[in-house]
Amino acid sequence: MSTVAVHDHGVAHHDEHGHEHHHNETFVSKYIFSMDHKMIGKQFLITGITMAVIAMILSILFRIQLAYPDKTFPLLTTLLGHFAPNGRISTEFYLSLVTIHGTIMVFFVLTAGLSGTFANLLIPLQIGARDMASPFMNMLSYWFFFLASVVMLSSFFVQSGPASGGWTIYPPLSALPKAMPGSGEGMTLWLISMVLFVASSLMGGINYVSTILNMRTKGMDLWKMPLTIWALFLTAVLGILAFPVLVAGVVLLIFDRSFGTSFYLSDIVLNGVQQPYEGGSPILFQHLFWFLGHPEVYIVIMPAMGISSEIMSVNSRKPIFGYHAMVYSLIGITVLSFIVWGHHMFVTGMNPFLGGVFMITTLIIAVPSAVKTFNWLATLWRGNIRFTPAMLFAIGMVSFFISGGLTGIFLGNAALDINLHDTYFVVAHFHLVMGSAAIFGMLAGVYHWFPKMFGRLMDEKLGYLHFWLTFIGAYLVFFPMHFMGLDGVPRRYYAFTEFASMQKWLTINTFITWAAIMAALAQVAFLYNFVVSIFAGKKTTQNPWESNTLEWTTPVEHLHGNWPGEIPTVYRWPYDYSKPGAEEDFIPQTVPFSQTMSSNLPHDFEDNPAGLAELNRFKSTLKAEEKVK
Amino acid sequence: MAFKKLINSKTILSFFAAFMLFGTNLLMAQTTPGATGAGEDANQVNWTGVAYYVLLFFLICLGIAAVGKILKIYDLSLKIQGKKGLKWNNVMGVICLVFLLAGLYGAYWSFTVQGSMTLPEAASVHGVKVDEMFTLTTVLTMFVFFVTQILLFGFLFKYRHSDKRRAHFLPHDNTIEKIWTIVPAVVLTILVVFGFFTWQSIMDTQQVKGDINIDITGHQFAWELRYPGKDGKLGPKNFKLTTASNKLGVDFTKKSSFDDLSADTMYLPVNKAIRLNIEAQDVIHSVYMPHFRVQLNAVPGLPTFFKFTPTITTAQMRSRLNDPTFEYLVYCNKICGGGHYNMQKVVRVVTEAEYQTWLLHQKPYLTDGLRKELHFAAAEPQKTVSQNRLALNN
Repeated sequence: MSTVAVHDHGVAHHDEHGHEHHHNETFVSKYIFSMDHKMIGKQFLITGITMAVIAMILSILFRIQLAYPDKTFPLLTTLLGHFAPNGRISTEFYLSLVTIHGTIMVFFVLTAGLSGTFANLLIPLQIGARDMASPFMNMLSYWFFFLASVVMLSSFFVQSGPASGGWTIYPPLSALPKAMPGSGEGMTLWLISMVLFVASSLMGGINYVSTILNMRTKGMDLWKMPLTIWALFLTAVLGILAFPVLVAGVVLLIFDRSFGTSFYLSDIVLNGVQQPYEGGSPILFQHLFWFLGHPEVYIVIMPAMGISSEIMSVNSRKPIFGYHAMVYSLIGITVLSFIVWGHHMFVTGMNPFLGGVFMITTLIIAVPSAVKTFNWLATLWRGNIRFTPAMLFAIGMVSFFISGGLTGIFLGNAALDINLHDTYFVVAHFHLVMGSAAIFGMLAGVYHWFPKMFGRLMDEKLGYLHFWLTFIGAYLVFFPMHFMGLDGVPRRYYAFTEFASMQKWLTINTFITWAAIMAALAQVAFLYNFVVSIFAGKKTTQNPWESNTLEWTTPVEHLHGNWPGEIPTVYRWPYDYSKPGAEEDFIPQTVPFSQTMSSNLPHDFEDNPAGLAELNRFKSTLKAEEKVK
Repeated sequence: MAFKKLINSKTILSFFAAFMLFGTNLLMAQTTPGATGAGEDANQVNWTGVAYYVLLFFLICLGIAAVGKILKIYDLSLKIQGKKGLKWNNVMGVICLVFLLAGLYGAYWSFTVQGSMTLPEAASVHGVKVDEMFTLTTVLTMFVFFVTQILLFGFLFKYRHSDKRRAHFLPHDNTIEKIWTIVPAVVLTILVVFGFFTWQSIMDTQQVKGDINIDITGHQFAWELRYPGKDGKLGPKNFKLTTASNKLGVDFTKKSSFDDLSADTMYLPVNKAIRLNIEAQDVIHSVYMPHFRVQLNAVPGLPTFFKFTPTITTAQMRSRLNDPTFEYLVYCNKICGGGHYNMQKVVRVVTEAEYQTWLLHQKPYLTDGLRKELHFAAAEPQKTVSQNRLALNN
């Protein structure tokens, strides 16, 4: 019933806006406080890319410190002032760089930048809706995110520097301003920024869920939704359930910092001075943090999975293998992700029995992940693979997901985690499995839906260059880190110079830094391509990738309300590629079965006996005709 | 269009020139005072300055742009001759294959060269079990790693686009999907069961008797060690008793506190069960002794312990590694502030006899200064007790 209602609304909308939809749009309402989901998606994307570039530059700064711990770079002092006295980044600012790099990448780029962009752009377009359920809340979601970004970056202009306790901000380090400079005002700004961020994320998430559940077009039942929508839906559910817990944790931390409570603090003697805190537990914060933190890594990777599934299916000209299995594995990951957080805490002094339990749940979550990987491989098998840049990035995502996912089996094992915890092995693991894989999913999405967003195509050759340099660069950076971890080299170390046993890794550090610089410079190819193509790219056709999903039935020129006429009705699942008997190698979701009699399969009519009878009649007439001939 | 104008604009060019000059000047200005006199040095720095790298990058970009143009012209000329243009799908397919082969070699190289730079054999009883678990996991996962990556890039090459072919319509296959759900599930169950029992046997060590208690306390940015005296017991602690001379806040109302020893280096007798009592004073630290496969966070307000048995003495390890300077270390592995990267202590595993001799030379925790502070003469423990009780009652 709901679909019918939405449909009616759509018609009404069309009557109002169809012919003169530009009538009251000003610059401010179109580009700044826009309530059009497509514009909000673009706002998220461009803010996300800006934040990604900033976080990438931060990473290059600390990589330079790691590669050349003994050299001085006067330019750094010029740029960073007292954060880098005498041409060298200070130990505290090094930790700030690491912290803010992680925070921006995880939350601002891979959560808001990825989910924000593609949920906003794709949900209404792929399920056939005029806009989000609440366009106003959608707009607020972006502006809260923008505000959070500004607050986070403003901490670089605070005398004592940005937060520096690691992106996990474990108290007491983050709770005691005297423990390190970054735990002063910088930490306060970090906490404010995160509260704003979570508000943004919740408003977005509630919107995504309600839009998907209530505003699908006629015929679009849940099992006809593209995997992108499934992934974005489950991601939004995860976010809604997990993010409030982070706010709870953060608010208690604010209390401890500013109002003298002892939620996380007990028995502390700082610099020889006894502190008045008693009865709290630092472990409590870790539980609260990772209750969000672990679902968070799936919030980061699931949209990338959905995007890659869609792009790989389109460009191998094959249906995604095991659509149902793909959906069920996403659901499995969603549910399991709530009961694995303890694997971040095996060696925190948590009860060892609890560690054992979390180990079991953690290794179970590898099963749906494995199913997804095998299904992607099966999708490629006997395909007819077109190498668009989007396809290459989707493949890169799969490759990283395999490489990084497998090392997760080591870390999820409590016994092995004893020695690997907090070493470079962990750094390598999550940078591959959630960092690189998710950013590749995001880039794949940008290349694939760029024509939908801007009406123009990006340059393919520059895309190829961008892909190979980034892909090879990421492996060169993160592969050697596994072995550093296996040698017991801890992460977040300012320099390896103080340990005789670690000095053998200095040359490899230099190598990693240069690989990172190469990969970072490769992003210039992307940025140039992205910006220039917005204004001067080749004009796109309506359906440049010959894809089945609904967004390619909208006109190239954007209009508020998406479709000029009625919203199209959906008749089939989105993956009818290369169906035997069909004229073309793709059949859009809007084509009814009655128009494709030659390619229909009995399987298409599982819950539609009338259709099946029709098909049988068609087949028997075909046979009869053959006999006549 | 607008962009072409922008790129060709003279203003932008002159800005760029100004930036280059400025960048170089800046660097010169910064380095000259710092340089140690010789003009040669300044010159060298100048050459490897920022502007130099920026220029280099622009040259590379120009080169790439030139290659792009050449490819485009070649492509166009092919089309003019009536042939099909460059088949980028084939080019990419071949690059995928090249990447696969190079990547396989790279992974092999990394495993052999960098793999041999990793930690030596475990120097503790439970460490051997951890290493067995590690080997099993490595064999299983690396098999999957190589097979899936070969399939992934192999498929990309083999099934690259061709106009003559249509993809094989295969939406699902329940049998094969069941297989690749059940097989990983079984393999992971094996790993879980092994892992669970290994973990339990390492951590669930309450019943192990006869261990040597050693107290290790972390603070910014060092470790404090405390050994028990003749009674084999460590005195209890209370953070409220912490003073400059009673750094750990040991409670001297208890008899067991009086003979405690403090130490600079962690000496451990070989083949004896050790119980490390771990705590932190200010922020979270982590006691990390990778050679023994020992790690546990040091959390303020949450005393924990880790039991293990070292099996290889420092001397033995030195000869095995052929490295006369080798030392076991304990260092911090949880971000704890600016000095986090240098919070280490040497650990020496020695024979029982050496251990006993070493122990004799350790200073008592109850130093003269501390005695004075607690207001008692050497032989009057009774008085202190009442004193401290008063303090506690406050």
